[in-house]
Amino acid sequence: MALETMPDGPVVENPAMDKGPDFTQRAHAALIDPGLRRNFRRAMDGLMEKRAAQFADPVAWAALRERGAQARAAALARLPDLLEELEARCAANGIQVHWAETIEDGNAIVLGILNHHRARQVVKGKSMVSEEMHLNDHLAAHGITAIESDLGEYIIQLAGELPSHIVMPCIHKNKDQIATLLAANIPGLGYTEDVAALTAAARRILRDRFAAADAGISGVNFAVAETGTLVLIENEGNGRLSTTLPPLHIAITGIEKVVERLDDIPPLLALLPRSATGQPITTYVNMITSPRKPGEKDGPAAVHLILLDNGRSRVFADAQLRDTLRCIRCGACINHCPVYARVGGHSYGSVYPGPIGKILTPQIAGLDVAGDLPHASTLCNACVEVCPVKIPIADILVRLRQEAAQPAGAATPAVKGAGSRRHIAEALVWTVWRWVYAWPWLHHRATRLLARIGNWIPARAPLLRAWTRNRTRPHFAGQTLHERARRAGIDHE
Amino acid sequence: MSDNARSRILARLRAAAPGPVPPRPAWTPPTYLAEERRARFIAMIEAAHAEVHEVDQTTWPVRLRSILANKGVRRVMTAPTTAAGQQLAAVWADLADAPALIAYDQPVEVLKPVLVRDVDAAVTMTRGAIAETGTLVLWPSPAEPRLMSLLPPIHVALVEEWRIADSLAALMADESWAAAMPTNAVLISGPSKTADIEQTLAYGVHGPKELIVLLVRDQEAGAAAV
Amino acid sequence: MSQPSRPSRPETVYFFGTCLIDLFYPQAGLAGMELLRREGLRVVFPQNQSCCAQPARNSGYLDEARAVARRQIETFVEDWPIVVPSGSCAGMMRTHYPALFEGQPDAERARAFAGRVVELTWFLVHVLDIRLADKGEPVTVTWHASCHAMREMGVRDEPKQLLRQLSGVTLVEAGHETECCGFGGTFAVRHAEIAAAMVDDKVTSIARTGASAVISGDCGCLMNITGAIDKAGRPIVGRHIAEFLLERCHGA
Repeated sequence: MALETMPDGPVVENPAMDKGPDFTQRAHAALIDPGLRRNFRRAMDGLMEKRAAQFADPVAWAALRERGAQARAAALARLPDLLEELEARCAANGIQVHWAETIEDGNAIVLGILNHHRARQVVKGKSMVSEEMHLNDHLAAHGITAIESDLGEYIIQLAGELPSHIVMPCIHKNKDQIATLLAANIPGLGYTEDVAALTAAARRILRDRFAAADAGISGVNFAVAETGTLVLIENEGNGRLSTTLPPLHIAITGIEKVVERLDDIPPLLALLPRSATGQPITTYVNMITSPRKPGEKDGPAAVHLILLDNGRSRVFADAQLRDTLRCIRCGACINHCPVYARVGGHSYGSVYPGPIGKILTPQIAGLDVAGDLPHASTLCNACVEVCPVKIPIADILVRLRQEAAQPAGAATPAVKGAGSRRHIAEALVWTVWRWVYAWPWLHHRATRLLARIGNWIPARAPLLRAWTRNRTRPHFAGQTLHERARRAGIDHE
Repeated sequence: MSDNARSRILARLRAAAPGPVPPRPAWTPPTYLAEERRARFIAMIEAAHAEVHEVDQTTWPVRLRSILANKGVRRVMTAPTTAAGQQLAAVWADLADAPALIAYDQPVEVLKPVLVRDVDAAVTMTRGAIAETGTLVLWPSPAEPRLMSLLPPIHVALVEEWRIADSLAALMADESWAAAMPTNAVLISGPSKTADIEQTLAYGVHGPKELIVLLVRDQEAGAAAV
Repeated sequence: MSQPSRPSRPETVYFFGTCLIDLFYPQAGLAGMELLRREGLRVVFPQNQSCCAQPARNSGYLDEARAVARRQIETFVEDWPIVVPSGSCAGMMRTHYPALFEGQPDAERARAFAGRVVELTWFLVHVLDIRLADKGEPVTVTWHASCHAMREMGVRDEPKQLLRQLSGVTLVEAGHETECCGFGGTFAVRHAEIAAAMVDDKVTSIARTGASAVISGDCGCLMNITGAIDKAGRPIVGRHIAEFLLERCHGA
């Protein structure tokens, strides 16, 4: 991944969102890496199989999914009220709530809290929102060390990479690549491919980090407005450690993660891990409702919750696009995406890859920046079929294609960068297509002609050249079905 | 900054047309007959790599001593003021070669070095359990703090059979959780694990490497409260 | 999204030929109509039909899509089922026309039109309860499931039920049978390299079955898959299911 000097700071990892190669170029690089393709294919096949086993009963799945989708839709329907309720409940429980409009605001708030507590060593539980904020880079620039403690996140932090999957961040890496990386970074650990030994070494070194940490930073899976409870799920225990052992806990979440009631949690919990990894439940479900109370012997004395907007309120403004915000970050859409399985997570150039990334990233970053992503789909609907909260991903992809290609000019377009991908030639093609296919007189003549001469179109014609790279050219039939049906005497009215 | 950000974010959200609140559809979590419930709990938590031992209310400390002896455990952390902690201390005091007991009786700030490195196992009670997913329910308290079930390499959890609920939804509703959530409630379904390296399962990455469930048989007299 | 509960057997049906069949696979369209006629139905093929408008809709050109879709709505006026030998075109007309015309003066008409759209194999199985007598030589085939047939029209087992009726046909399931072949309309040329990787994997899975033919209910998929099969020089033929069924029942 390219290093780049940011104008206002030190050398940081390029998030590759806006500069550098685009999706197509990155995808091409991934496609010619057979090892990478094998890693993703094997991993995705396993995940799909395990998920299918969890939802073997279609009736139970449909009912549960309906309830999960309803919980998320109902939360969004009342979002501003619920955020205020959440804030009030949290405050009553002793959790301090902060609001951040942008990632810069969010980073500044985190830094401010850490400085206030004189915290210099930070451990992090897995948090996609903190990845979205590039928080670690920001803290490093201010002399604060933030160590990722989820094993997968720790590995990619050592490698200086971005996650390639929202649930399994280092899924693109082989055992031998990880063995080499850990041997180079953990004192006393030689090269070994024994996963138990690698895991034990990581436990040892990260246990020291936990013990020394001044603060823990985590994400949030669900924030319950009714009780002011933060729900975090995980398998490793690093999330519980980050939120229990250090004296200060900062939780970061997008404003959309709120749910109305505590009884929304069981159905969502029954959907999330099963959709994500095919587990009935994660090892730990951690529900945090307050800082340490008098008499309690552990837990952080201070808990802060940061609510990040970063474009979400704009997504919220549009009734159709709002459904994007139902997402519970299970990654099932990613696991089932035939495009993701071929190109891997880094091709998307954003912390959210796969189908959810294709609809979320262009809305957050703008279509001018990420407008190629909505086209990186065959609209096969595999994602739609498995989404546990029924996000109409394919319809939103089409909507974003429309927004990107529409003539610019709306004063307040629904999506940032609307119209930025309009190409005159493409628009002209569709105009011609419209006239041909909407006017029978023209259609009959054009298709009759094409059926007869189509096979003589030169092979180097642009679309045909792309098509024939690994396929033979389609064979025009000589006569159209219209002609043959008429000749066969089939009634036509 | 935050106050302005708050009002601007809320203003933007309120400017958007509120969506219709969809009605709550019928959804019922699974239910089990009494004999299925226990079997389901055991099968599910064992599938998640936990060890389950069925024990008696009176003799479990003796049984636990032999289980832990086989694992080479020498130092066991307990909550000295809980029923389980007191029973364990009383029984083990008379047993030769019982592991040493370390009480979680001071704040983490004092006990941290011991907790982080010098304890082999910890014994906790549970508030309940869930059959559907094979899950332990813990509400840590001043008497039985949060880190006991997290830092030592082995977590021993006592589960009274009558406390096994069908589902989390049923438990939350029956006990009216929403009325008063504790500082921290935690559901535990197996030992700490990761599959981040090539989807290969490895245990004990951060939390306990082993989870030992002592399933306490129901007494004839019926449910004994703690 | 699934199709309506079993409608009563109509006397007359419309046939929607699809734009790909019109230009590249007219024999599949004729076969589809013949299968219906053999069951005693009157089949009407309106000459003013053209395209379901999915290409423009999926590219985000909704005005253009609406103009072409409107032409279909204005052409198929009688209250007869509209039988479509493509899960993808059927999915466009049945599941997307209502949204495409939302807020338009002819929205109600579009909804009514959408409600009459049925996929061919579903219609043969559920409405006509067709019985096929196989007259062909023994052959091993595999099935390619079209994404939109499965996930927009709920057509999953119907085509296989038809193939299983053929006594001389052995149906072998290919690995990743329900995975997209990588066609995706303009995706195939816009992201040619990814599409190529997808269809190459699809062809490998098909070849592994040992089948001598791959059958599909969608000509977009078929054009993609057979194009890659031919380019790779593999001895596997591709057939639209209507054409294959008719061939078998005539004794090829």
